[in-house]
Amino acid sequence: MNATAGGRFRAWIAALCLLAGAVAGSGMTVGAALAQTASPAAEPASPFFNQAEFERQLHQRTVTPEGPADQPWLQAIEPTYVDTAQYKKDAPWHVCFSNAGLFNPWRVVGWTTMQAEVGLHPEIGTFTALDGEGRDEKQISDVTDLLGQGCDILIVSPNTTAALTPAVEQACGKIPVIVFDRGVTTDCPVTYIHPIGGYAFGADAAEFIVNTVPEGGKVLALRISPGVDVLETRWSAAKVLFDQAGIDVVGAEFTDGDRAKVKSIVGDYLDRYGTLDGVWMDSGATSVAAIEAFEDAGLEVPPITGEDEQDFLQKWQSDGLTAVAPTYPTFQWRTAIIAATMVLSGEQVPQEWVLPQPVITNENLDQFVEPNMPPLFYAMCGCQNMPGFPEKWGGTAP
Amino acid sequence: MTSAASSTAPEWGEDRLPPRQRAWSAIRGAAPIFLVLLALLVAIAIRNPNFTEPSVFLAFLKRATPLAILAAGQLFVVVAGEIDLSVGSLITAVVVAAAGLIDGDPAKTWPVIALLFLGGAVVGSINGSITTRLGVPSFITTLGMLLVLQGGALLATGGSPRGSLPDNFRVFGRRGFEGVPAIGQLPYSVVILVVVGALAVALLHRTTFGKQLFAAGGNPRAATLSGVDVPRVRTFAFMLSAISAVVAGILLGGFAGLSQNAGEGAEFQAISAVVLGGASLSGGRGGTIAAMAGALTLEALFTLLNLLGLPKPLRDAVQGAIIIAAVAFAAYRSRQR
Repeated sequence: MNATAGGRFRAWIAALCLLAGAVAGSGMTVGAALAQTASPAAEPASPFFNQAEFERQLHQRTVTPEGPADQPWLQAIEPTYVDTAQYKKDAPWHVCFSNAGLFNPWRVVGWTTMQAEVGLHPEIGTFTALDGEGRDEKQISDVTDLLGQGCDILIVSPNTTAALTPAVEQACGKIPVIVFDRGVTTDCPVTYIHPIGGYAFGADAAEFIVNTVPEGGKVLALRISPGVDVLETRWSAAKVLFDQAGIDVVGAEFTDGDRAKVKSIVGDYLDRYGTLDGVWMDSGATSVAAIEAFEDAGLEVPPITGEDEQDFLQKWQSDGLTAVAPTYPTFQWRTAIIAATMVLSGEQVPQEWVLPQPVITNENLDQFVEPNMPPLFYAMCGCQNMPGFPEKWGGTAP
Repeated sequence: MTSAASSTAPEWGEDRLPPRQRAWSAIRGAAPIFLVLLALLVAIAIRNPNFTEPSVFLAFLKRATPLAILAAGQLFVVVAGEIDLSVGSLITAVVVAAAGLIDGDPAKTWPVIALLFLGGAVVGSINGSITTRLGVPSFITTLGMLLVLQGGALLATGGSPRGSLPDNFRVFGRRGFEGVPAIGQLPYSVVILVVVGALAVALLHRTTFGKQLFAAGGNPRAATLSGVDVPRVRTFAFMLSAISAVVAGILLGGFAGLSQNAGEGAEFQAISAVVLGGASLSGGRGGTIAAMAGALTLEALFTLLNLLGLPKPLRDAVQGAIIIAAVAFAAYRSRQR
């Protein structure tokens, strides 16, 4: 009995040493890797970074878009128009939509807005939409299904660029196709609708940090997850601007978009550094959790970036924070339907329909705060004057 | 050769031993997980010396509290020889339902909290009744419940959560007693952790119900023959697990605020914590303090991996590997006995 107990104890000690060794070992290699990445000069360019596209987007931010200023979803930046007379058809139309999925509140707000836009067009006799549930293979089979349903036009919001390209090419051979949000690597769609892009988003937030954080200030960057192109562009643009300005980025952490994790991570950094002088975020759904980490530590909230979610905008307004909200506007879901009606009427559309990407600042914050809306309602939806607002978007009439 | 796993006696219930030996046997039985926890805490402290400050350590405990409470609840089910996979999505449902029902109105906080506990008890009794009365394996019952709750929460919110949590709901997970000598703020979470822990220890290791639970998990046939209503005690264990998820949900919602993905993956963490704490997944063996220490160990592991700056995919892989290794080791150890 004693012998077994002793053996057990030795086995545990051995296991412990192994565990400690494994953790320490990986820690050392990673520590070394971190030491390298911490100095900007040694950083190799991100495989996601494309200098030409970065410069194009930074330029597009400065261009005055064509179209009505009070309806940004109809605006286009430096458009080249294509003729669509060949697609002209008599109403009623059958418009079809293959959605990547409804896996986040941004897409929920967009989808609600899109349905409301369909309601504004009596010429659309039938609107068929299939939900890809965030799975490439589901969305590919959705596209095939829709092609057999007599659609006059197909709108696709691809789940991933590479996987959906063949399906879009297949559809292009049969009916006009409109792609929006994420792109595909073929130019067969009649039009590709998207806001300026991730570099512009990341740069808008980074410039705000560069301009508001005192020199030598410590900045924490919070990112959702690595390897997602639309998010990598945001961070790589910010990284370029931070390096240029000599900002001390004390950490770039992945949060999985989890509020509890954000609060813990920010708390850890506050323990380590005493305080932080700025927080850059690649999206706004967890900005309020980051703000609360400062509040709970009894510290003043430094300049912070977010997005157009109501909870963040309301917190910003009520606490008088120093903040900015670049947007990736949900109003593009309206534009997709409008483009479909234009194509089927034979009207010209921009070949690449680049939408403006408005930024919410202290000056225009009041226009976007709507206390009667749910916390993750994205204010840049262009939906405030649509029928059924605010109830259909989960709000209550004021 | 009877192994400890199939013995009907609770592992630490050596009531016939004199008190000093009993205490020693408890320490010996629980020691491994505490050594691992200690090693991790030391590693964190080396990496981040601030960690030894009371306020920083308490912040760590506060963060770990929801998981520790969840592990204590899960332990009842595991000891009874079952498993509860529905707790993660129950947490999601609790957070989303609380925000939707309270909708920022502080006057509704207490009635809604009462309702949440009632709902948790109902979910637990459904899990328990289907498992014990209909003979559906708990793996399937609670996996189904996971999907029902997840789908229900999504359906009710349409994918984007509604409403908000007022401050008097969030205090439990967020604030604490101010001005405590030497430590400053004592988080309510930590107090709740201690109280829940004490209740769980008392219930599992000091009552007839606890003994019946160990008996039901260790050898259900022998338990039935000796007069234990096995379905009843098992159902009660599921209810306790669900109620622990309600507590965890209230604390998590308080700590982090409204989120559609609160509680994601919590069932895996809770089960891992329980197993790390030395409980047997085949039932009949386990200790409350050790299970809660298992939860703290997991949380310390997450903190350390984060401090080391590992990218998330590598962190997930390391976490998975460590958990498999720990469970494999526990299984090896129980075969040795």
